[in-house]
Amino acid sequence: MLNPISMHHALPALALLLGCATASPGTGPLAPSGASPRVSEPLNLPPVSWSSEEKAVHVLNRLAYGPSPADLQQVEEMGPGAWIAWQLQPGDIDDGAVEKRLADFPSLSMSTAELVAHYPRAKKVAEAKGISLEGKSPEALRTQLAGVIEPFQLPRQVGAELVAARLIRASASRRQFQEQLVDFWFNHFNVSADKGAVRWMVSPYEREAIRQHLFGSFRELLGAVAHHPAMLFYLDNWTSTREDLSLPKKGRMGLNENYGRELLELHTLGVDGGYTQQDVREVARCFTGWGIRKPNEDGSFEFHPRAHDTGPKRVLGVDIPAGGGIEDGERVLDLLATHPSTARFIARKLAQKFVMDAPPPALVERVAQVFLRTRGDLTATYRALFESPEFWSDAARAAKVKTPLEFTVSAVRALGGTTAGDVPMVQALNRMGQPLYRAQPPTGWAEVSQPWVNPGALVARIDFGLKLASGRLTGTEVPLPAVDGDPDEVVDRTARAILHRPLGDQTRATVLAALGASEVMPDGERRRLDGAKLVGLLLGAPEFQNQ
Amino acid sequence: MSAFSRRQFLRSAGALAALGAVPVFLGRALAASPTSSGKTLVLVFLRGGADGLSIVAPVGDPAYRAARPTLALAPPGKDGGALRLDDVFALHPALSPLLPLWGDGTLGIVHAAGLPGATRSHFDAQDFCESGTPGLKSTADGWLNRAVQRASGPDGAFRVVAVQPTLPRMLVGDAPAVAMSSLGQFRLPGGPGGSSAFDALYAQAVDTALRTTGLETFEALREAGSAKLAQLPPDNGATYGNAPIARRLQDVSRLIRAGVGLQVAVTDMGGWDTHVGEGTEKGQLASRLSELGGALAAFARDLGNRWADTRVVVMTEFGRTARENGNRGTDHGTASVMLVLGGGVRGGRVVGGYRGLGRSELFEERDLAIGTDVRSVLWEAVRGQLALRDASRVFPGFSPGSPVLG
Repeated sequence: MLNPISMHHALPALALLLGCATASPGTGPLAPSGASPRVSEPLNLPPVSWSSEEKAVHVLNRLAYGPSPADLQQVEEMGPGAWIAWQLQPGDIDDGAVEKRLADFPSLSMSTAELVAHYPRAKKVAEAKGISLEGKSPEALRTQLAGVIEPFQLPRQVGAELVAARLIRASASRRQFQEQLVDFWFNHFNVSADKGAVRWMVSPYEREAIRQHLFGSFRELLGAVAHHPAMLFYLDNWTSTREDLSLPKKGRMGLNENYGRELLELHTLGVDGGYTQQDVREVARCFTGWGIRKPNEDGSFEFHPRAHDTGPKRVLGVDIPAGGGIEDGERVLDLLATHPSTARFIARKLAQKFVMDAPPPALVERVAQVFLRTRGDLTATYRALFESPEFWSDAARAAKVKTPLEFTVSAVRALGGTTAGDVPMVQALNRMGQPLYRAQPPTGWAEVSQPWVNPGALVARIDFGLKLASGRLTGTEVPLPAVDGDPDEVVDRTARAILHRPLGDQTRATVLAALGASEVMPDGERRRLDGAKLVGLLLGAPEFQNQ
Repeated sequence: MSAFSRRQFLRSAGALAALGAVPVFLGRALAASPTSSGKTLVLVFLRGGADGLSIVAPVGDPAYRAARPTLALAPPGKDGGALRLDDVFALHPALSPLLPLWGDGTLGIVHAAGLPGATRSHFDAQDFCESGTPGLKSTADGWLNRAVQRASGPDGAFRVVAVQPTLPRMLVGDAPAVAMSSLGQFRLPGGPGGSSAFDALYAQAVDTALRTTGLETFEALREAGSAKLAQLPPDNGATYGNAPIARRLQDVSRLIRAGVGLQVAVTDMGGWDTHVGEGTEKGQLASRLSELGGALAAFARDLGNRWADTRVVVMTEFGRTARENGNRGTDHGTASVMLVLGGGVRGGRVVGGYRGLGRSELFEERDLAIGTDVRSVLWEAVRGQLALRDASRVFPGFSPGSPVLG
């Protein structure tokens, strides 16, 4: 059995390591939580010759948003196998400190109907107050509406709170793996807040469809997504009807293939998973009638029998008899959730996210077999991934480039800092090419490195590191390391704490030169290092872009 | 060897040069001849599958109105009607800013352009448009990168630029390319000097992709800083407006007018996936077209006499269904329209082999059939702007037929 971990030990260790120069306000990620972890069934890890720190860093780079001083110590003390097992049961992890911070965001717990009521379209408010908007220029409209509605009631507040919550959780939650899974599965089942009414649906979507089903069966997750108004709206299924339907106000309706196609291509089988254009249409027919009750007011799921195509269908060679109603869609989800193509597609994507950009086929096949054998048990699938020799291979270490989200959050965590996730942090992510919740295409963001490595994004990353270290990123603060003592030692110590690997001689020389460390004062004293500049250099360095 | 690693290998000479404080571009100059035509190719990718049948509407095709009971544009001459181009085709009214270019022959239209082996997946169709090898997913690099590799050109950091947050697939490959959201954001605090330490750190990077990108980044930063590119005001009274596509084309224009050796520029624009409520002379599609048309017209005006050396190709991954769907929108289809603009275009005409929207003329009884291979149009553009001769090096296994727009 494991010894209970005392988080109190972590704090002095961190203080020694970084010699906090500025205090971080509020409750940071290092706050003691009280409860000690209960762990069952540690993972059966393959033998590997890495040091205990190297193992912990690798695990935290992949299953978490990078090492924080406290988490690093915890993984080393528990051992990676036990720590991963603990993370696979997030219900056992007390996350009270983060939950307390999130209580500041009322929109996070609201239903779509409540969100629409609390954060109404400005135009709607104006109409209710009898303000005429006829024939006004967009500028005049904006000015007029600004006076009608309080800023904290604007619809954009919903998005702002959701993004802030994601950043707070990613940086400070003790359920780190859960947060990485939210990133993965939200992205897999992407919806964009920029599409119409999705703006009021995306927060409930993450809460109800994604977060609730991260560790259960894939079928449950798939079903929750398929039923969710955010997805029904984003991929237009709510407007898809049987071909011959005619409605009094709307006129002739008909089939819309959008959801049917992406369900097959992106959510389950993959584009080469063995389906045809005919299958796309048949799947779309099965889902006719899966709709939304008053999308702009209520926004809950509703099945519309009149819109449903009651005829017989045939999907992937399987007959779906006439008259199944809402069950047609469930049958399709059953078929897809346990299909071998789905197993392979999901296994490969998970391996790309957590192991390497081009995962070995043997790994994908092994994980896919676990997925199939367990009928899509996600926890068992994750376990297979992290017990694989490929995950623990030298080829996997530092082999992935961090996404902008991973880069920014890991920078905050590396220094034991905190973020409130406000505008400057959000703008930085936009500049790096990852505006959260706003990926427009249904494919979401890429799981591989290539799209994130380009000059514009690199400049944005370097700029972020410099701003963060010099305290110019409002709402996000990091303690700076102590810089007293021999400059060479200061640089080495700080680099070790942030990069977790020794600096090459040339890199050290470059850093020291950039800091003016060789200059000697008239009295023979050497120049005191600029801690902010040192941290900025390390965060912008190529070694910090990898994980 | 993957395209990216080959490029890293080629550029390792440059890395050594950087360590010795020799300008990085000397490494590249070994491979390219110093001559430069001063011509620029600009590629605008409309992501989402733009509805060619509404952008350049076949109002003269009797099947058009039948296929689109609520989406067909009003005929030319009617209130809010389409703008007559010839007996069959009319331009979407939101593209009226482009009419002068049609009039002076610097706008040509290719209708019914597509790639063989139609896929109706956004992801696959974009991938094939960008790899230039339809049906072949294993192609590592992009067609436009292959074209640049085989062209001689200037040795600037801004020879190939994508004005968008990430490098598009078509520019992935051995030839260096810069991607940036905007010129205005492409800078580091402390000016050009502020980046020197990072320059050195990246020159030592173990990760070759990061090292290569670092070299390109710091070279471009120096050039952008010394030329004050981001501040260059528009010429000839051009007004761009605030649409993202307008700002991006304005940055492309700045790079052209500053004479930093821009040879290829790529940008993209989203919002074309009009499954629901596509609209007619007003609405969703019209808003996008109005942004696009205004931006292109401002770009042409801003460039002045450099317009003659510029060619713009506007493309999308696929067209949309001939018939509207049940939601006053259109679903994923096959052939769409391409706009080709600039000097050297024998425009003022619609070409491409449009067959019609009658049931027997459609592809799989639902989509506009392909009349012209997208690669023919792209090849014509790179042949002219990059002075290339061998199409098979850019588009393996493809031989272009007779000229499309000359």
